[in-house]
Amino acid sequence: MIGGVTNSGEPTDPIVPAPSRVVAERFGLDVSALETTLGTALARRADFADLYFEHRTLHSVSLDEGIVKKANQSISQGVGVRVLAGEKTGYAFSDELSIENLKLAAENARAIASTDDGAQSVDLRGTPSAPRHDLYPVESSALLPKLADRADLLARVDREARGFDPRIKNVMAQVAVEDKVVLVANSDGDLIADHRPLLRLSVSCIAEDGDKRQQGSSGGGGRVAFEFLTDDAERALAFARDAARQAIVNLDAIEAPAGEMNVVLGPGWPGVLLHEAVGHGLEGDFNRKGTSAFAKLMGELVASELCTVVDDGTIASRRGSLNVDDEGTPTGRNVLIEKGRLCGYLQDRMNARLMGASPTGNGRRESFMHYPMPRMTNTFMLAGEDAPEDIIRSVADGLYAVSFGGGQVDITNGKFVFSASEAYRIEGGKITAPVKGATLIGSGPEIMKRITRVGSDLALDDGIGTCGKDGQSVPVGVGLPTIRIDGITVGGTKA
Amino acid sequence: MNGAELLDLAIETAGGAGASAADAVMIDWTSAAAQVRLGEVETVKMSRERRLGIRCFVGNASAMASTADLTADAVRAFVHDVVEMAGIVAPDPDAGLPTADELATDQPDLGLADAAGDAISPDERVDLAMRCEEAALAVDPRLTNSEGAEFSNSSSRIAYGASTGFRGAYETTGYSLSVAPVATEGDQMQRDSWYDSRRAYAQLAAPAEVGRMAAERALRRLNARKVPTQSVPIVFDPITAASLMRHLASAVCGGALYHRASFLLDKLGEDIAAPTVTVVDDGRLPGGLASRPFDGEGLATRRNVIVDQGRLSGYLLDSYSARKLGKTATGSAARSAGDAPSASPTNFHLAAGSHTPEEIVASVDRGLYVTGLSGFGVNGVTGDYSRGASGLWIENGELTHAVEEITIAGNLLEMFRGIEMIGSDLEFRSSICAPTVLIGRMTVAGS
Repeated sequence: MIGGVTNSGEPTDPIVPAPSRVVAERFGLDVSALETTLGTALARRADFADLYFEHRTLHSVSLDEGIVKKANQSISQGVGVRVLAGEKTGYAFSDELSIENLKLAAENARAIASTDDGAQSVDLRGTPSAPRHDLYPVESSALLPKLADRADLLARVDREARGFDPRIKNVMAQVAVEDKVVLVANSDGDLIADHRPLLRLSVSCIAEDGDKRQQGSSGGGGRVAFEFLTDDAERALAFARDAARQAIVNLDAIEAPAGEMNVVLGPGWPGVLLHEAVGHGLEGDFNRKGTSAFAKLMGELVASELCTVVDDGTIASRRGSLNVDDEGTPTGRNVLIEKGRLCGYLQDRMNARLMGASPTGNGRRESFMHYPMPRMTNTFMLAGEDAPEDIIRSVADGLYAVSFGGGQVDITNGKFVFSASEAYRIEGGKITAPVKGATLIGSGPEIMKRITRVGSDLALDDGIGTCGKDGQSVPVGVGLPTIRIDGITVGGTKA
Repeated sequence: MNGAELLDLAIETAGGAGASAADAVMIDWTSAAAQVRLGEVETVKMSRERRLGIRCFVGNASAMASTADLTADAVRAFVHDVVEMAGIVAPDPDAGLPTADELATDQPDLGLADAAGDAISPDERVDLAMRCEEAALAVDPRLTNSEGAEFSNSSSRIAYGASTGFRGAYETTGYSLSVAPVATEGDQMQRDSWYDSRRAYAQLAAPAEVGRMAAERALRRLNARKVPTQSVPIVFDPITAASLMRHLASAVCGGALYHRASFLLDKLGEDIAAPTVTVVDDGRLPGGLASRPFDGEGLATRRNVIVDQGRLSGYLLDSYSARKLGKTATGSAARSAGDAPSASPTNFHLAAGSHTPEEIVASVDRGLYVTGLSGFGVNGVTGDYSRGASGLWIENGELTHAVEEITIAGNLLEMFRGIEMIGSDLEFRSSICAPTVLIGRMTVAGS
């Protein structure tokens, strides 16, 4: 982790140097070059300027047909220069970290401001570091073991999945390890660095039985060391069995029902409901522009009183967690809905300033090639009091959905979809036949009011989520206890 | 170093480090964009990326990597790493470069680059976006808000080389304009968008036309309601019909086939669609958004007929998937800097039919005209299909009220076989496209 809480510039942990050393050792520059660049960026009466340096390596290895066929490595680094003036953003980036390129990027970015006042002076040295979290202290060596060890893990995943059932005919598995160092310098004088590990295993199985063919998938990870997958918990093998199990279950899936019905969502990854139905609609940019279905509902009841929804970037080791966001703001635990009442938005710096609010640590971007936007971190609903089995038992005729492929939302009219990849009928309070994948559709503010039971079994997902917005992808987490929704449209074929 | 020099350096270094074969791609790309919203500049963005990707073989084992650090020393060190990685990966008997006799012998100019963009100033970009949004908002007083308009232009140079001696390069440009107005009535809001995207600046639709289309699309979504669950004919507009072609394209690509993850596995030569359906993937369409003179392995691109009057007549294969399936590569390898080549569609389209879109809608007694689809409810292994939909209800052959918060569901194979009419309105606005399509019956889930 970076630096601790002091501003001395001394590393408190040998893994991660202080920001000024990151500038020198990782990016080959010195702090005064950053100050000069920010001064150039500000030269035209801009409100604010920042520099975002990023160095990223991605190592992935893939298995298919029982063979480790692919090993990939990607290295990228660069700097994005952003200038804000009123509601305007100027953005330019360079993947060559020379002083000349920094100056050019700053000149391009400041084109949105018109009046030339000459270069401003910015002092990055005297600024104390903001208090920070230390959520993922993983050494690079613990994150990325030798290729042979990663390949060996995939071979074990393959054997485990095939061993689950002879009808498993192919296993595709990948381990991806991302190691990212970011550094933010801005015209307020902040100079903040972060080191971000990210591990993910994905497993996908094809099952065949006569003419029937089906797939199942699973996986997980987080901002954790590689041993997360290989330690005594044998998580990698559990993910392998889960993918195989899902493929086998789906072989016998019957037609999904069509029409409005009562639906029980299982714990964990079905929290993608909240991400689509609530989360995106509460991102500051859409609300500043008045284009979100939630734009005028602050303080109003937008969900049943059983629902408290938070976005929390501060949970240790989670895929969606960050010590600081991509603007250097420490992440937080932000309550979005409390007992049904809308009480918070997700903000980056610009939207917070324009809305008279405070940044919430949700300014995120895909890479140095992109400017930040308000984005989610880990979004979940707090646990309620009902036993999960009582919730299922309470439904006479409905659907029990435990896994989803993904979702999407139209921010403006609030309509969202999410697509079940493993679901079952509930008949007479009992889980019965598996049904084929079906899309569920509803309106965010309406569906949240139809949540009538909330279970005691809150779980976060296993660390597989990626959220896309305006062409930018960022890792996120979701979570949910078992819940019951009284009436949502299920898009099956059986009318 | 320029792109050609970097390719030479990377391939020579790989050979010296012990690779038995190697190929490399160099991508050099710049883009400039202006976004405006409600008459004000919102974002101005300048982008440039240079990236080198290399794939090294040690016998039948391979590894890949990409980097943006393009100094000679860094490239040498990086290539050594990749060769070392290849030494650890398991051998795969089907891995390898295409043979020299498979490689493209011609590199025709397909009209992919138009230098007009060099002369477009930042102010002009802003002006084009402004005019587009203004035109949209002027259509109706109910258009009170906007997510903004964007104009962008980009240019790329792609160079590819292999240890077989192949060297090739081509340039492309792109111009695009889009706008997303918001229509308001009472307490309801509806957003929709329209865009155009071309290789040549002069062919780009006028800002006023893009704005007008977006405005009409947003306005017609107002006062939408759910309809009851039922089984009815579905008319897909060209935008949503194109998404059906994307699902078809995914199912005929080599990767999905050898993974046994396609609902079209083992169906070559079978009737998989109505006899009026012909689908073509044309990698050499002049000015096409996905055209290129050679593919990501140096094979000549070509016109591949995928569905010939309803019969599945071809797959899209790169040389690896072709070897796996015992077939011939089709010049369909796509290549990004960091990833291995994989078969992928180019200009993939459903051939136009003879009916006007109006005739198609008029033929439906009671059904749904779909203009928007959402979500990921398509199972490529089984073809099972279930997506969120919005559009307009058809009653007695006429478009009536807007519809939303419903799903449409079926199975892609049955849907393609159930195509009853194909429109004459094919336009190459995106690389995968289709005209208006009528499918006889699907399940609508609503209230």
